[in-house]
Amino acid sequence: MATAAKGVVLLDFWVSPFGQRCRIALAEKGVEYEYKEENLWDKSPLLLKANPVHKKIPVLIHEGNPICESLVIVQYIDEVWSNNPLLPSDPYERAQARFWADFVDKKIYECGTRLWKLKGEAQEEARKDMIEILKLLEGELGDKKYFGGETFGFVDVAFVPFSAWFYSYETCGNFSVEKECPKLVAWAKRCMERESVSKSLHDPHKVHEFVGHLKKMYGVE
Amino acid sequence: MAGGQELKLLGLWASPFVLRAGIALNLKGVGYEFLEEVPGTKSELLLRSNPVYKKMPVLIHNGKPICESMIIVQYIDEVWAAAGPSILPSDPYDRAIARFWAVYIDDKWFPALMKIIAAKADDEETAEAREQVIAGLQLLEEAFEKCSKGKDFFGGESVGYIDIAFGCYCGWLKAAEKMAGIKLLDKEKTPLLMGWAARFCSADAVKELMPEVDKLVEVGNMLRARQNAAATN
Repeated sequence: MATAAKGVVLLDFWVSPFGQRCRIALAEKGVEYEYKEENLWDKSPLLLKANPVHKKIPVLIHEGNPICESLVIVQYIDEVWSNNPLLPSDPYERAQARFWADFVDKKIYECGTRLWKLKGEAQEEARKDMIEILKLLEGELGDKKYFGGETFGFVDVAFVPFSAWFYSYETCGNFSVEKECPKLVAWAKRCMERESVSKSLHDPHKVHEFVGHLKKMYGVE
Repeated sequence: MAGGQELKLLGLWASPFVLRAGIALNLKGVGYEFLEEVPGTKSELLLRSNPVYKKMPVLIHNGKPICESMIIVQYIDEVWAAAGPSILPSDPYDRAIARFWAVYIDDKWFPALMKIIAAKADDEETAEAREQVIAGLQLLEEAFEKCSKGKDFFGGESVGYIDIAFGCYCGWLKAAEKMAGIKLLDKEKTPLLMGWAARFCSADAVKELMPEVDKLVEVGNMLRARQNAAATN
């Protein structure tokens, strides 16, 4: 059930978890859009014009208007296309959802980067931090089907793209996400049963291959 | 529930993040109890209410805590939607723009301002930070022109989301100018922002809460001393 939306373009990069958030949100709403793959080492004039402040993906361009910052984009999508709401209707629940999505933003990517970039003591610290971050998120999930409760919601969208990076985190950090946070692994599997998620995320081995490229680029290992 | 709603705000007078919550509550005419934390310590209530970050501000509404300043502002805007002008614009695109600038201000602009304030010395890093702050102010000057549409505030006729996100730093901006002996807001380069800053600081919802610049300079000097001590150890 796709709604032909007038002029929706997503500037993105295949493996970006931030871009994937937008893809998942658009798919959940059944919005048709044009996907434009950017080469981050040779950014298009369109990207530079659409996001002059940060020059980063993802950027959603709706009827010629650019929206930047993945969680800002997801909230925009949620507000413009009101079917299958991602944010709850209760203000307190909304505040909690925003808090945890923001927590994912603040913690996961930065810690993940330390995990693959650093060695020795610094990497060990990154490993400890990542396990702590994942355990906190697992605590918030609890025994719920999704972070959003019975329905797939804002925090699920914000966090699930990083599940494709679990394998890479485990390999770089020498730990097992399944052992440390079994509920998170089960949750990720449930999310992958949704077409919006399975079509947006890449195979964890492909992600790890990409991390290998990054490592070479930065002269790590 | 006896006596209606229970609203507490945990914070410190000098914190721009706490100021955001206070301004939002004032805009909606909502009364609250301000619980001042003791600098250098964290109360039991704070640790219990914000176990993840252990930071202020925390808004506690009928016993339930809300954390992160701009999330608190959105919460206040939604709960007391009828009580005062809307803090976030109604149009989804304008809301996205407002949210974008709030993220920019917190992620990029304020950390650069903090570097000037807590600077160890007049070194390369501080000079770079100064450039970033000034470049950021240029961006915000342009943003103000677009968002205000000729009115007094980023939010138009009344104080809005970007006003709160950015305006909370007015005191610290002036403190940084004093401490570094430089002009950051400029009559020639950022005339719109200069006018806006004066209007913001004298707005009803803001004026009683905005800390005195000289008191902030004192705090800034303490932060600087602490940074210097840490650097030499």
